[in-house]
Amino acid sequence: MATGAGAETPVLTVYAGDYFTSEWGPGPIIEEGFEAFCECDLQWSTGDLLPRLLLEGERTKADVVIGLTSDVTARARATDLFTTHGQDNSALTLPIEWTDDTFLPFNYGHTAFIYNETTMDAPPASFDALLDMPDDVKIVIQDPRTSISGLALVLWVQSVYGDKSGEVWEKLSPKILTVTKDWSASYGLFTDGEADMVLSYTTSPAYHMFAEEDFTKKAAIFPEGHYFMVETVGKIAATDQPELADAFMAYVMSRDFQAMIPTANWSLPSALPRADWPEGWSQLPLPEKVLFYSEAEAAALQAEAIETWRASLSQ
Amino acid sequence: MARQLKPISGALGAVAGSFVVAAVLLAFVGIGLRAKVTSGLGPAEWQAIRFTVVQAALSALISVVFAVPLARALARRQMPFRQGLVTLLGAPFILPVIVAVLGLLAVFGRNGWVNTGLEALGLPAVSIYGLHGVVLAHVFFNLPLASRLLLQGWQSIPAERFRLAAQLDLPPRMVFRSLEAPMLWRILPGAAMLIFVICLTSFAVALTLGGGPRATTIELAIYQAFRFDFDLAKAAWLSVIQLVLVGTAALIALWIIPQIPLSGGMDRMVKRWDARGGLQRLGDGVMIVAGASFLLLPLLSVTLSGLSGITQVPASVWQSALVSLWVAALSVCVLLLLALPLSGWITTRPRGSAEAIGLLGLSASPLMIGTGWFILINPVADPVSLSLPVTAVVNAMMALPFALRILVPALRDALDSHGRLCLTLGLQGWNAWRWVLLPRALPQIGFAVGLTGALSIGDLGVIALFADPDRTTLPLQMYRLMGAYQTEAAAGAALILLAMALAIFWVCDKGGRWYAQA
Repeated sequence: MATGAGAETPVLTVYAGDYFTSEWGPGPIIEEGFEAFCECDLQWSTGDLLPRLLLEGERTKADVVIGLTSDVTARARATDLFTTHGQDNSALTLPIEWTDDTFLPFNYGHTAFIYNETTMDAPPASFDALLDMPDDVKIVIQDPRTSISGLALVLWVQSVYGDKSGEVWEKLSPKILTVTKDWSASYGLFTDGEADMVLSYTTSPAYHMFAEEDFTKKAAIFPEGHYFMVETVGKIAATDQPELADAFMAYVMSRDFQAMIPTANWSLPSALPRADWPEGWSQLPLPEKVLFYSEAEAAALQAEAIETWRASLSQ
Repeated sequence: MARQLKPISGALGAVAGSFVVAAVLLAFVGIGLRAKVTSGLGPAEWQAIRFTVVQAALSALISVVFAVPLARALARRQMPFRQGLVTLLGAPFILPVIVAVLGLLAVFGRNGWVNTGLEALGLPAVSIYGLHGVVLAHVFFNLPLASRLLLQGWQSIPAERFRLAAQLDLPPRMVFRSLEAPMLWRILPGAAMLIFVICLTSFAVALTLGGGPRATTIELAIYQAFRFDFDLAKAAWLSVIQLVLVGTAALIALWIIPQIPLSGGMDRMVKRWDARGGLQRLGDGVMIVAGASFLLLPLLSVTLSGLSGITQVPASVWQSALVSLWVAALSVCVLLLLALPLSGWITTRPRGSAEAIGLLGLSASPLMIGTGWFILINPVADPVSLSLPVTAVVNAMMALPFALRILVPALRDALDSHGRLCLTLGLQGWNAWRWVLLPRALPQIGFAVGLTGALSIGDLGVIALFADPDRTTLPLQMYRLMGAYQTEAAAGAALILLAMALAIFWVCDKGGRWYAQA
């Protein structure tokens, strides 16, 4: 429903993940920021992005899709629904090199295990140390078959331990309290005190610090490196609003958008030098080493890595 | 014997039945249109099928085993607020799964009440995660159903027989053998089978409490095939397996489920001379306290944590509560449109065959029905704008088998007692429904409507896939809160969800009975 906009106002339909448009997500701020100058009406449509695009195919009503994670870009690309993003990748400030001209990153983070320093006095200092923790330290993780962060963990283990991944999972298995469908269920178990550590993002402590003034939640930073996770935005080739879609892509790269992302989406901006991050954010502990599989590498490794995970944890 | 004349015909019921069959078949056609060659069923899928059957069998067995002493104790003891307690003990069955899991974790979790108590006593902790956690949750949901069925079984034993047993001065063991055991033998297999069927389609429970990938159910595997692999053929295969598995079990259940109305009963106390002994009293008392604690403490914990979070609940939660109410109302309408003609049809036929149709809705995966329809609707309309009606239909189909179980016996009774009178008076078709059948079946209709509304309001269902951002349901909004670090507000939303589910059930159930008496 157009909100007070005249009939002739052009509409930009943006598909987003479900969490995006709630009052705690970045959606409302993005809408306000973009509508301030676009002379258009930005309308959100939420749902499970990739299944929905695959089901709708050519009939999709989207002009722009925001929130596609790196694990689904390969299949999203294969739909041939997307066109080039038209922005300059060299303006990105990601810890990895980004050469994709279809999917444009708008924020990123890394996988990390979060702990509460008041209840855990000896957090593991490395991935190896995590594996050697006593079995009564309990961790919650997410299922790689239903959750992007769960998949990132499997790829993280794969990139650090390679062929030894199976042994790593077997060592980790007694410490895994449970495997949840999505990140929110895991994180809820952690904040309720059910688990000592939770698989989440390096930026999770920032939420507690800046929104709750709680400085007890910390990310364990490992020298072996952390897996890189990125969310992207893409333009639909068949859009009936190509200019508006282009304007939106440019807006994503703008300073306004980028400066808003940290506190609106609790994530790191993709095109903003660290010195320009909001107050306090530049002090957030982040890993030195960043691990990432390209789309093609991840696609080749994924099925086997998940089966290793499943088989090892099923014993 | 010649077929008895009936004042109602089965024509509309046949239409409703065809609708259900078509809804399921069309969904499969939709998926078939888009499915490509599948990678086939691997070890993960077979593991899921095995686990599904094992956990459902255990859940059914344990539910009925504990239901026997609980129902016996409730049937034998007179105490203040007994009726209220019996009603309250039924609550877990209609509880939204996400709410129930929160409550179970608060009681049995690592940081929960039980483990805090054990620690204070210096005892080792218990873990809720794993196969036993899934079973525990299913027993929590289904113990009320099993106890209710058995309690009605006890109430179906004529009071005179207990009086006779007392005159013969039979000891409790003999009373059990001669009066209670035959009744249990008649009711237990059906109750266990019904719970087995319900647990076969479990989805959300296994997610958090399962402990890992070994606790994957078929429904969860369908979700993964769809959401992650986007392998529609694999998802369809799994759905067919689920349909056959659940369908077979349900058909068996249909033949052995006790033919007693789920609701009502005279519910008057039978004096039990055999249960006056101190040991008998003690045993019953322990059972009632234990059963009530197990079933009610999780509800209490949800209420307590919800009360502290309810002040932080944003206005959008109340809006989504309205949307959920609307979905529930829609589900109830669809249910009545399906269940009334269908149960009329079933009543006019020999038992069994037609009722099997009602089970289709329970055994078909809601995710597959939603997806199949999305594919079919997409070329002609915007599926998102139809997401609420689709959800309502799917919810109604899930509740249909329960509704039929509740309605059919009542309609059968009404037809047996008043069918000839209707024919004599020339009341046929709609008039027979309007003046004779509906008023007589009102308590059961109220019960079925309450059950459907309550189950529907807590169901996340297919809406999660194609949600309209302006029309979020309450369970979905609760997930959003959890996904945005707002755990306290989510606890508040859980309490609202709990209160709404219970209120809907209570109002409809009471309303139906009250109107019938008035």
